[in-house]
Amino acid sequence: MTGSGPDRPTLAVWKFASCDGCQLTLLDCEDELLALAGRIQISHFLEASSQVEPGPYDLSLVEGSITTADDARRIREVRAQSRVLVTIGACATAGGIQALRNFGDVDEFRSAVYASPQYIDTLATSTAIADHVRVDFELRGCPIDKGQLIELITAFLAGRKPNVPDTSVCTQCKRRGLTCVMVAYGTPCLGPVTHAGCGALCPAVGRGCYGCFGPMSGANLPALTRQLRESGMTDRTVDLVLSTFNAAAFSAARHDAARPEDSR
Amino acid sequence: MTHRTRDLQVSALARIEGEGALRIVATDGQVTDVQLRIYEPPRFFEAFLRGRQHTEVTDITARICGICPVAYQASAWQAIESICAVHVDEPIAALRRLLYCGEWISSHALHIYLLHAPDFLGYPDVVALAADHRAIVERGLRLKKAGNAVLEAIGGRAIHPVNTRVGGFYRAPLKTELLSLGEILRRALEDAIATTSWVAGFEFPDSEIDCDFLAVTKPGEYAIESGTVASARGLTFPAENFPAHVVEHQVPHSTALHATLDGGLFLTGPLARYTINSAALSPVARQAADAAGLGATCANPYRSIVVRAVETVYAITEALRIIESYERPDPSFVPVPPAAGDGHGVSEAPRGLLYHRYRLDPDGLIESATIVPPTSQNQAAIEADLRRAAEAGLRLPDDELTAVCERTIRNYDPCISCSAHFLRLQVDRR
Repeated sequence: MTGSGPDRPTLAVWKFASCDGCQLTLLDCEDELLALAGRIQISHFLEASSQVEPGPYDLSLVEGSITTADDARRIREVRAQSRVLVTIGACATAGGIQALRNFGDVDEFRSAVYASPQYIDTLATSTAIADHVRVDFELRGCPIDKGQLIELITAFLAGRKPNVPDTSVCTQCKRRGLTCVMVAYGTPCLGPVTHAGCGALCPAVGRGCYGCFGPMSGANLPALTRQLRESGMTDRTVDLVLSTFNAAAFSAARHDAARPEDSR
Repeated sequence: MTHRTRDLQVSALARIEGEGALRIVATDGQVTDVQLRIYEPPRFFEAFLRGRQHTEVTDITARICGICPVAYQASAWQAIESICAVHVDEPIAALRRLLYCGEWISSHALHIYLLHAPDFLGYPDVVALAADHRAIVERGLRLKKAGNAVLEAIGGRAIHPVNTRVGGFYRAPLKTELLSLGEILRRALEDAIATTSWVAGFEFPDSEIDCDFLAVTKPGEYAIESGTVASARGLTFPAENFPAHVVEHQVPHSTALHATLDGGLFLTGPLARYTINSAALSPVARQAADAAGLGATCANPYRSIVVRAVETVYAITEALRIIESYERPDPSFVPVPPAAGDGHGVSEAPRGLLYHRYRLDPDGLIESATIVPPTSQNQAAIEADLRRAAEAGLRLPDDELTAVCERTIRNYDPCISCSAHFLRLQVDRR
C-alpha cells in the first residue's frame, strides 16, 4: 500500500493456519488506519492489497500456526526477510485451537473430516512460530486486542519497548472496578492465570474468563485448578476449559507447575 | 500440428480472506482447466469438536472465521438448542438478530470499501484509494466501525464475541446502552445510503451467472439469523433436509470440494439472498435498491457490490427497528440442559448460507459435527464463472487476463479461512 512520506519503515503481514481475525484487527483500527499508513509503508498485506513490494521488511506481523511442511519452510523465509518479527494471536504464539491435534491422532482427525484423506497434506502437530524461528515479540489473544496492536506498532516506530504487561486478567478486572465473578458468584474463571490484554471482557458481562490470551508467566495452575474444582467443576471439565485456543501453552504451564521446584 | 498451451497461474490471491491460488490452462485457444486452488491448511474443527460439551460449541466454532464469527455462533446455537428442545423468547431472538446485523454491516463495509471497490476504480488497495478519495474511504471506515460498535455493545467484542451462549446471552444490555448505539446507526444509515449510490455508479461488465440460487428465507423478513432454506427455482426445505439436497464431493486431482444442489450447480450469498428475499426488504432499503437500479432479482456477480450496499442499508434499518422496540430479556438466557440427538442450523453469513449439524450424546457431549461454509458451497459456481471469464478474455495479455480472473473471484467475496472443510490438494503441473 503506497501512501505519503518518504523513507517510512515497511510493514509486512503474513498468514499461516488461522481464522484471519488477528490481521483483521489491523483493518479494524478504523480511526488509526490511514494515519498509520502515513507513518509506515504497508508493503506486503495480501488480505488488504494486491500490490506487493519485495522485502526485506522492517516489521513483520505473523498470524497463524505451523501445520504443514511447506509452512515450516515459508516461516524461515519470512524470518530471513524481517528485521523485527512479531507474532500476533493465539495461533502464532501457542499453536491455536488447531493444536488440539497435538493431543490426538492427526490421521484419525483427517479421516473424520475428509472422505479421501490421502489428498490432505498436514503435519501431526500445530506449533507456535517460536518453535521454528526466533520471535522478537509476541502479542497474545484470540483475537489480539486492538489497543495492544496499536501500542506495539507505535512503540516500534518510536524505537521503544511496547507497554504490554505480562500480568493477569485480574489486574485489569480490578482496575475496571468489576465484581469478581469467582468470589461473588462462584463462577469458574481463568482470570488469575490468564495473560492480561483483553480488558477483562468476560467478567464485565458476568462470565468467567476462558483464557483467550493464554497463561501469563509464572501462572499458578495448581492453585487455580483446585479453586475450579471447589466451584464444582469435574477433572474432565477442568481439562476442557484449559484445552481451547491456547491448549498447548496451558498444557505446558500445567506441566511446568507439576515439576518439583529443583528441576525447573 | 503443434499445440500451444498457455498456463496462467496466480500463486497468492490478494484482497480475499484466507489463502487461495488460481490456475487457468488453455490449449489451442480453448480453456481446458480452471482451478481455484485452496491452500489454506485444514484445521480439523469437525474432528476436535467431538467430545466437547454442547455449551462450548459457540465459542469454538466462532474461531473458524474471524470475519464472520457470529454466523458460526448462530448456526451452532440453533442446532444445539433444537436438540435440547429449547426455544428462546422473542427478546433474546431480537437481540441475536441485532448482533448479527452488526456483523453484516461490518463485514459488508470491509468487502465493499477495502476489498472490492478498488477493483472498479483501478486501485491496488484502500490506502491508495484514500490518497485520491479520502472522504469516501473515511465514510467506509465509519460504516465498518458502526457495525463493530453493534458487535461490541451486544457481543462484548467485535471479533469472537464473548457475551453469547447457547440459550441466549451472559448479560443483556440496558435500553440506555442501546440508545447511544442508535445515534451511531442513524449516521451510519446516511453513510450506507450514500455508499449504495456511490457503488451504483460503477461500471459493471455484462455478466449473468447461470445456476440456481440458495438462501435462508423467512416470511416477512429478509432472513439473516434463522429460517428455512429456499432456492430460486422453487425448492424449499427445512435445515434438517440440507444434507439430502446439498452434497459435497471430494474430487481427486481437482482443487475443489464440489457441492451440488440436487445434482446441479448453485450459488449462495448476496445474489442468492437478494433474488429470493428482495420482496422482504425494508422500505428504506427498497428505495436504495430502486435508486441503484436493482430490480427484483440480480444475477450479475459484479453487481454483488450493490447488493451488499443495499443489504447494509437493510441491516442498519433492522438494527434501528430492534433498538427502538427493545425489551431487555430477563433472564438473559434460557438454561439448555443436555439431551441426545441430531440438530441442524442454518443462517446467512455475510458470504452466504452456513449450515451446521451436531449429534450429541445423553450427557451433551458432541459425537459428530458437520460444518458446510458458504465458500465451500460456492466453489464450483465460482470456477464455472471463472471458466466463462477466461474464455471471454483469452485474447487478453496475461496480466490483463489475470486481473479479470482475480476480479471474478473477488466478486464472490470468498472467505477461505473457513478451512473447516477446504482441501489442500497437490496439483499436477504440466
